[in-house]
Amino acid sequence: MTATQEAPQQLGEVPSFEVHLKIRRYLPPETDGAAPYGAPAPQAEAYWQDFTVRVHGTDRVLDALHKVKWEQDGTLTFRRSCAHGVCGSDAMRINGRNRLACKTLLKDLDPSKPITIEPIKGLQVIKDLVVDMEPFFASYREVMPFLVTAGNAPTRERLQSPEQRARYDDTTKCILCACCTSSCPVFWNDGQYFGPAAIVNAHRFIFDSRDSAAAQRLEILNDKEGVWRCRTTFNCTDACPRGIEVTKAIAEVKRAMITRAY
Amino acid sequence: MTTIAEPRSRATRKTSRTNAEMIGWIFMRASGVLLIVLIFGHLITNLITDGGVHAIDFGFVAGKWAQPIWQVWDLLMLWLAMVHGTNGVRTIINDYAERAGTRLVLKSLLYLAAVVIVVLGTLVIFTFNPCPPGAPADLLPSFCTA
Repeated sequence: MTATQEAPQQLGEVPSFEVHLKIRRYLPPETDGAAPYGAPAPQAEAYWQDFTVRVHGTDRVLDALHKVKWEQDGTLTFRRSCAHGVCGSDAMRINGRNRLACKTLLKDLDPSKPITIEPIKGLQVIKDLVVDMEPFFASYREVMPFLVTAGNAPTRERLQSPEQRARYDDTTKCILCACCTSSCPVFWNDGQYFGPAAIVNAHRFIFDSRDSAAAQRLEILNDKEGVWRCRTTFNCTDACPRGIEVTKAIAEVKRAMITRAY
Repeated sequence: MTTIAEPRSRATRKTSRTNAEMIGWIFMRASGVLLIVLIFGHLITNLITDGGVHAIDFGFVAGKWAQPIWQVWDLLMLWLAMVHGTNGVRTIINDYAERAGTRLVLKSLLYLAAVVIVVLGTLVIFTFNPCPPGAPADLLPSFCTA
């Protein structure tokens, strides 16, 4: 006999409450014909728009955004795909902090105050909460985020001990949501800095015992816009929805560069 | 029919394949540690021991700079502090100035100021005359014989 069968069949009702959302809206101006992707778009004014929605205590910011989009204003534009914190599509600035809308519970945000939702900073806004992620992915591609091996491929798996795997376990968790990079003050300035996400994904291969291109990746990140621009403000570690210790990973890459050079 | 655009790499970033930034980063840490020793040594000898802050006058400074150890101490402190500080401000300019023109102007002023101070300071330490002729004897260090 289990405890559930003995307990009264009365489920606690999920409390519902009203939340006030303050959403940063941006509508690109109409242009004659489609501008090529990546071309500088003509600028319009961004503005704040307020919405009030009734939500459940179990709802996330994404649910509130869905309610707005489906019931109040269908023009509200944002990215989301899996809605469960894995795809990394719905990174946005919620109450001034970079968070995934699908992992942030409304009840944790003090619903008595308006909740501000903005696009992530440092990347060009395309519409409302959607930003151009291309510069972010360009940096990611530059660090060669793929396995590079030397010699003939083995006839079976490339073996690795649990200790060797644990060395870079933390940085395998990255979902490329850009929360870290777009929370970095150095990246905000001119966007030339590689950014935490690119360094995290370089770290994932630099410390992989099966990979043989660590020296190349370290050379790439030794750039003047590479790891040495990190000011260890820990914004990235604070922002990461996967709990990656980003600043620590950057420090480990720095250390690898110093031990390689001396 | 649309074709998917080719992956782009950012063309605007100029690559620098030198160890300059790494050396700068290491220098900041090393010089910082050394400066803690130098500055606190300076503060203790000047402000606490031998009568404290009220004992400082021309004679006190002249007496210190007559000894090679304090010449080397102050010279090291000057150079390390200036290079450390200049490099720090350089990174701040890189972080905060958004336009290339602003950066160039600010960094030029910074380097000019640093060079002037380092040259002037070094010159003073090495060419300092503790016993200027014709000065009243009570203001000079004790080893001056008029």
